Amino acid sequence: MGLTGGPAGGFPRPGPWQMAKVTEIRRETATAKTFRLELPIPVSFLAGQHFIIRLTAPDGYVAQRSYSVGSAPASEDPSSAVELTVERLPDGEVSSFLHDVVAVGDELEVRGAIGGWFVWRGDTPAVLIGGGSGVVPLMSMLRLARQEGRAELLRVIVSVRTPGDLYYPDELPGPQTTVVYTRATPPDWPRPAGRLAVADLAGVDPGATGFICGSARFADPATSVLEEAGIPASQIRVERFGPTG
Amino acid sequence: MTFTRGFSGRRARDPRLPPGQYDVGNDWPVLTAEATPRLSTDNWTFTVDGLVKEKTSWTWAEIMALPRSQFMGDIHCVTTWSKLGVSFAGVSVDTLLAAAQPEPSASYVLASSTTGYTTNLPLADVTNGQAWVVWEYDGRPLAREHGGPARLLVPHLYFWKSAKWVSGLTLMDHDQPGFWEQNGYHDRGDPWKEQRYQGD
Repeated sequence: MGLTGGPAGGFPRPGPWQMAKVTEIRRETATAKTFRLELPIPVSFLAGQHFIIRLTAPDGYVAQRSYSVGSAPASEDPSSAVELTVERLPDGEVSSFLHDVVAVGDELEVRGAIGGWFVWRGDTPAVLIGGGSGVVPLMSMLRLARQEGRAELLRVIVSVRTPGDLYYPDELPGPQTTVVYTRATPPDWPRPAGRLAVADLAGVDPGATGFICGSARFADPATSVLEEAGIPASQIRVERFGPTG
Repeated sequence: MTFTRGFSGRRARDPRLPPGQYDVGNDWPVLTAEATPRLSTDNWTFTVDGLVKEKTSWTWAEIMALPRSQFMGDIHCVTTWSKLGVSFAGVSVDTLLAAAQPEPSASYVLASSTTGYTTNLPLADVTNGQAWVVWEYDGRPLAREHGGPARLLVPHLYFWKSAKWVSGLTLMDHDQPGFWEQNGYHDRGDPWKEQRYQGD
């Protein structure tokens, strides 16, 4: 089965907690922002991994959450900066603080990289399927593939409700990517609005590894569709997230 | 301690929450690395093997006939959510081990799932009323996405130790890292000591 064994490159131990400086904040959608963080202690990471942000109040109260890295690992390892894309959740204690309070020049306590399973090392065929904010770790993989000139290894399918919900709209499109709109499409879009279906995965390499990232409500049906498209369950890696905040 | 500019925190801290955890309320996030399997109780089995005097397997009907045991309390996921005041029912791991009779040299267990998932635990963490194989959550059959028909429950450790779709325990004389443990997570995972990652 696909779950036996560890990563080929040994145990990816996360780096230490460190104070990272926010050097850039970009708006991706009405509810998502990307934070570029400069790391005083550079970190080796793999496309698909995440970082933890820890907020500490003056009385010692702490809140921490994990956020996927959207940027590609630097060509020259380790990386001295990472970009985390954060969706603002209505009740999100951490995400709303990051959106509403954090400014360029602030310092945030972070630790990473975390996770050694939902990672793509850039050298094997892979099908990436992301729902909504689930595109973030997949964007790291796509950026890595393009940076290394290996984009032909990837098929990327991103599902969003409406055009306004698409992250990285200027950068995502390309011969290897497909955008599926479930509620409303851009004008003159060839595919009618509707949920991800096996037709959206025509021609996927049955030997590819499948990476599915999204809410639990997205990930389970997407897994079934990918299996229907010919990728066995043992080759499918899933990162589901529930409401975190 | 380093403070975050402008952050005061929103909630009063519940003493049931270990450090770095937050109360997820009524939600129950599903975090799984693999495709959710569809398992029938018709051919379900659970096996205790390895360093035991009597390798023992139970069918669904056989395990359901064992003395029922319940847990009421809190669960803590390494991704920082905790769920407070939950209840599970099933059978105590003590009952299963009593049938299989561990050898004196047994000091660790490796729990396995039908998906190939594994997780390692000290034997001392799954005995003395600290661990269960459960098939009920809040009085209802355990849902498939939460590990149904049956999962391991070790609520005093981070929840990845509570293997979903559990199919057996192998008793060993050494600690053998399981799936997440090989992928950078801690071998024991005590939430009160924040043992999240290897080296914590």
